[in-house]
Amino acid sequence: MKTAALITMILTLGIVTIITLYFFYRVLTTPPKEEPDSYSENDDVEERQHD
Amino acid sequence: MTQKAESWGTRMGLILAMAGNAVGLGNFLRFPVQAVQNGGGAFIIPYLISFLLMGIPLLFIEWSTGRYGGKFGNHSTPYIFDSMTKGRAWKYIGVFGIFTNIAVASYYCYIESWTMSYVYHSLIGTFEGMSQSQVAGFFNTYVDVASSSTGIPYESVVFYIVVLVLNTFILSKGLGGIEKVAKIGMPLLILFGIVLAIRGLTLGTSGASDLFPSANAWDGLNFLWTPQFDSLSNPKVWLAAAGQIFFTLSVGMGTIHCYAAYIKPKDDIALNAASAGFMNEFVEVVLGGAIVIPIAAGYLGLDWVLENAGFGMAFQTMPYLFQQWGTILAVFAGLFWFGLLFFAGITSSLAMGTPWVSFMKDEFGWSNNKSAWSFGLITLIVGLPTVIFYQQGVFDEYDYWGGTVGLVTFALFETIMFSWIFGIDKGWREINLGADIKIPTIYKFIIKYITPLMLLFVFLGSIFTPQGNDWTGNFSSLFSGNGWNLDNASIIKQITHAGIKEKIAMTTDINLIAELEDKIFYANLARIILISLFAYIGFMVYFAFLKRSKEGRVTI
Repeated sequence: MKTAALITMILTLGIVTIITLYFFYRVLTTPPKEEPDSYSENDDVEERQHD
Repeated sequence: MTQKAESWGTRMGLILAMAGNAVGLGNFLRFPVQAVQNGGGAFIIPYLISFLLMGIPLLFIEWSTGRYGGKFGNHSTPYIFDSMTKGRAWKYIGVFGIFTNIAVASYYCYIESWTMSYVYHSLIGTFEGMSQSQVAGFFNTYVDVASSSTGIPYESVVFYIVVLVLNTFILSKGLGGIEKVAKIGMPLLILFGIVLAIRGLTLGTSGASDLFPSANAWDGLNFLWTPQFDSLSNPKVWLAAAGQIFFTLSVGMGTIHCYAAYIKPKDDIALNAASAGFMNEFVEVVLGGAIVIPIAAGYLGLDWVLENAGFGMAFQTMPYLFQQWGTILAVFAGLFWFGLLFFAGITSSLAMGTPWVSFMKDEFGWSNNKSAWSFGLITLIVGLPTVIFYQQGVFDEYDYWGGTVGLVTFALFETIMFSWIFGIDKGWREINLGADIKIPTIYKFIIKYITPLMLLFVFLGSIFTPQGNDWTGNFSSLFSGNGWNLDNASIIKQITHAGIKEKIAMTTDINLIAELEDKIFYANLARIILISLFAYIGFMVYFAFLKRSKEGRVTI
């Protein structure tokens, strides 16, 4: 495999993978909004209830 | 009736469902083939630029449009558009957002049924000991409805109906059913993809045989990834790259709007859209680029790949290549490959069902169950001709008008509507409302000017495709007064069946002439069905309007 091709491949695959992982990390670590939100499975979590 | 009856279970479930909607068979089959047919590494740079300038903006537009419509209890594009504009015409443009889905689902489920059938055949060892031509021949026999490889009469029709019933059943369970499939299907798809991609990336020269002594998987990867900066000045490559971004993200269909319509206004869409979009890119670029091309090049050589790259490779070549790994591994490879394609397919076809289901629920108060089964019935009626007359070209005709022209037309209209009629200021506010990430402000400019221009380029490029796809040569011809010669693949020539008529004019073989005339007949039949479908949905939108008028719910 040519060096230019190898560098392009590694760079592209690396960048796409890192950005994908970064966005998923942000999704997983961003606290959910106060109830009522769009998602039903956390509806009964007590500490997230609006007074 | 206009209240949201449903919601997504979790944020991750929504993102996986959206990513599942985008990740389809095209990620593994269309992307590598497009890359090969457009010069390999020449394709990657325009592709990534198109993703940033057209793909991501379209995702933002569709997610925010959907969430905006959902605020008013509208979950499908006809009345989502109606809630964003003054006047009554836009809801009929929104018909595309239901029509395209049914048109595409009707033949997409057929491909999905092939993957299901091929999983079965891989498990029972049907392909064991078959030569390359026998494996290719197996597919041709399979799509002939009169033949059977399992003893089940009309096997391809039976598998098609099984897949359609499965889709309908899951749809009848609502968003919860779709979310469950996405949560199981997407991780499995990625797992299967990683296993096969590792094989593709490490095959090297070990697949070379007496028949193809120079076969080398690295040649495939080399061709795919060698950058060619001169491609940036070639409109043909740009058009192919922009087209691929379009199809891979499932934009211009109406499915994203529908899924996003179940999100509340204060919840994020920006990070969600970016996550789902990049997950699709991960599957396409990282996994999709590392399976078919390197494995095929590793066993058959790069020259074979360049000559034969096409959609059919998935079914006509891959099962043969897997046999080279030994009996046991071939079973697993077949299961992984066709299982991966099946999950990619079903997570997309389920999304195609939701606009119709939501429309019937919103406008006519139908239950989820009734709406889902009505979708199944309409899709069956529209789809059966693609199965029965597959070899006569009905399938290709649906793919062209429904899955290509329909998408581009709808996306162009919706982008103009969002940026120029709804207004970019309001639109930008909508995109940023509740956002968990800061979107670079440059995207406001891109969404208003660059994305519509790129879409216009794709749209006009499809209507006026130059002969031989040679843009430079045709521009020279135009400016030197010799006119613009259209290619037979252009929309204008497609309408008149110019390509087929040319072939008829060039032959004296009576049988071939009869075959080609049959092709025109079946293409016209397919068009009549598609036009009838569009008209039917248009009438339903009109009836919904009359109903809304009576109930005093009409917007001005």
